[in-house]
Amino acid sequence: MERTFKIRKGLDLRLEGEAPLTLRRPVRPSRCAVGPDDFYGMPVRLLVKEGEHVLAGSPLLTDKATETINVTAPASGTVKAIVRGERRKLLRIEIETDETQESVDFGTLDPRTADGRQVTELLLKAGLFAYFRQRPYDVVPSPAVQPKGIFVSAFSKMPLAADFSFVVKGREDDFKTGLLALSKIAPVSLGICPEQEDAAFVPAEGCRVYAFDGPNPSGNVGVQINHIDPVNKGETVWTLGAEEVIFVGRLLRTGRLDLTRRIALAGWGVNEAGYVETIVGTPMADLVEDNLKTGRNLRIIDGNPLVGRKSGTDGFLGAHSTEVCVIPEGDDVNEVLGWAAPRLKDFSTSRSYFSWLMGKGKKYNLDCRIKGGERHIIMSGEYDRVLPMDIYAGYLIKAILTGDIDRQEALGIYEVAPEDFAVAEFVDSSKLELQRIVREGLDVLRKENA
Amino acid sequence: MIKNFLDRIKPNFEEGGKLHAFRSVFEGFESFLVVSNATARTGVSIHDAIDSKRIMSIVVVALLPALLFGMYNIGYQNYAAAGAEGTLWEMFLYGFLVMLPKIIVSYVVGLGIEFIVAQWKKEEIQEGYLVTGLLVPMIVPVGCPLWMLAVAVAFSVIFAKEIYGGTGMNIFNPALVARAFLFFAYPTSMSGDNVWLSKDQVLGLGNQLPDATTMATPLGTLGGGHATDVPFADMVTGLIPGSIGETSVIAIAIGALILLWTRVASWKTMLSVFVGGALVGWLFNAFGPATAVAQTPWYEHLVLGGFCFGAVFMATDPVTSARTEGGKYIYGFLIGALAITIRMLNPGYPEGMMLAILFMNMFAPLIDYCFVQRNISRRAKRAQNS
Repeated sequence: MERTFKIRKGLDLRLEGEAPLTLRRPVRPSRCAVGPDDFYGMPVRLLVKEGEHVLAGSPLLTDKATETINVTAPASGTVKAIVRGERRKLLRIEIETDETQESVDFGTLDPRTADGRQVTELLLKAGLFAYFRQRPYDVVPSPAVQPKGIFVSAFSKMPLAADFSFVVKGREDDFKTGLLALSKIAPVSLGICPEQEDAAFVPAEGCRVYAFDGPNPSGNVGVQINHIDPVNKGETVWTLGAEEVIFVGRLLRTGRLDLTRRIALAGWGVNEAGYVETIVGTPMADLVEDNLKTGRNLRIIDGNPLVGRKSGTDGFLGAHSTEVCVIPEGDDVNEVLGWAAPRLKDFSTSRSYFSWLMGKGKKYNLDCRIKGGERHIIMSGEYDRVLPMDIYAGYLIKAILTGDIDRQEALGIYEVAPEDFAVAEFVDSSKLELQRIVREGLDVLRKENA
Repeated sequence: MIKNFLDRIKPNFEEGGKLHAFRSVFEGFESFLVVSNATARTGVSIHDAIDSKRIMSIVVVALLPALLFGMYNIGYQNYAAAGAEGTLWEMFLYGFLVMLPKIIVSYVVGLGIEFIVAQWKKEEIQEGYLVTGLLVPMIVPVGCPLWMLAVAVAFSVIFAKEIYGGTGMNIFNPALVARAFLFFAYPTSMSGDNVWLSKDQVLGLGNQLPDATTMATPLGTLGGGHATDVPFADMVTGLIPGSIGETSVIAIAIGALILLWTRVASWKTMLSVFVGGALVGWLFNAFGPATAVAQTPWYEHLVLGGFCFGAVFMATDPVTSARTEGGKYIYGFLIGALAITIRMLNPGYPEGMMLAILFMNMFAPLIDYCFVQRNISRRAKRAQNS
């Protein structure tokens, strides 16, 4: 291991309904869906028509510009629907899955002897390249640009997040093979938490391993990059979710695309929390069926409550999602004079409430109410307390809001992704939508720099 | 029940309703009474329970000890000047009755303007004035007439806050701008020996004092070139003449504890103000001229006048103070140092806190600029080296 970074800023928040480390019955969905929104920043061209038969690994979408980055089918089956939204924007491709699964044979590759070019080409063909994200801009990268490094974080401290140590169990070899393959493209850095130091999935060679000891968001890959080797203007780094590294390893070893992943099913709203094996794009309804609490309006989140997207029983598991969380929506709660009440069951980082008395281990059941009106930024230092990066978060947000591109660059916008601001958005007393603001800022900047 | 009532009358206030002109007022009261059950659409699904209503009400709570003591002190000074006996309750009630109209005028005028602006800009009412509206009557002499208070409040809300875009966007602390306005527009009503006493009976309480009765604050005496004979204990408890809320160090200290414990105010700013003031006071004690004010011990300077009140409630205003953590030390230190320097060297007016804070409000962005710029150059250098 290279070194341990001690992180002080941040906030650990525990919610009711954390998933116990047990596997539930696997979910083999009868249909699945893939949409371009999961592969952000890549204008796509549709490659299939309704009624067409596809195999697992058959291309469904390709990027408009170079037509090399494919998004492929997670399962074999028949394209049942191509769903479009407003102004014919492509939302998702729904596939009715076959009884017996077949997959495209991409051929195996030995990562020890392969070179970077071969690995990249295999990933492009099989559709796994689209799972990369790059900094700056937090979008799907271009294979033509050589990254300075590839960063993978093997843990998440987000509330209700899946525990990667459990997810990777039994797939350590896939994970290590994946890392080795990535290291042929660019130097790989793996971020782990101190508890994972001796874990079987941590490779002894082929990548640099760093430990991060501290509260959420220390598991964010952006925070880790900022500590290991920050992104400067003009540089590019790639990131890949740890679970997606398993996909890469599996692809190299078997020659087939298998997007089976272990996700956590968690939150107050599920009767029985736990881990489920399923494939990318599984309908939410299949995942949570018969397992939801009744009596309150619930929100199904594709991801965790800080970074995930609001979904529903008609939604599908996102390509990058490591957990599905169900928490009360809260739109049925009418709290009289709530701002003045003691709110003993609510959580706040402010000592004007009493959660500081409850100790760190207490689990809360928070609903989705914003609990306050949107204001200008009044308090100072709120964001900086929970953003463990060498960045003045408040000033960066203001630069984005005022559209001052030079200042955004100077303040380090190339180093951040929306998810890095998730904890800050949670604690913000002015209730600004920081992740949306950062996303829009990155989009504008990318357009300007194009 | 409240919710049902609000839902029933709500249509009147919406576009086209008869009472549409009061939409902002209705929404203000609605969100005040019932927490909105609007849920997050994008980004985080869950939110911290804190909001600006809570923060502002914490500041108001922190102000209460100083306010209550100020009321009592109004009565105490009145009875003392008349040489009359009075019970604690008589004195407090008298002070309460003297103070109440001031608070009402401040809130009605200030919130009225806020409501109008919110209606006009189609925004929600911002809570910032809840604090400002209480601060203003607490930092004026008791002799300040109500109409002056109204003019000053209107001036500061419009020209110190709303033209910048409302709470969170202002450069100067609105309460201090109101006080500065009064100070420069009506100097005779804001300082001198004739404004620190309430001289009229209210509802049969208190004592009618002759117009010629005067009462000097300790700082006023010092400014006149004489040493003050007020004991240190009185300076701390606050049974001395002065602006209504500023006299009692004990009451202000209770407020400071509330603000620091809840982290609504920054301890860095607050501590630095006292360090800066103490250091400059000590320097003048040791090396300063032989005037009465310069030879008053430094610790007495820290408890006299508006120093404590300013340090605890004004300098720490998050909007107008430095926003970088390092900048807070410098900002606070300079406020304390400047306030005492003004006191020592200004022959006309022996109080420097108001001007020191307003002056540093102006420089806070510059201090922050230096700190942010250091971060920027560090990043630029890193990019060059790689």
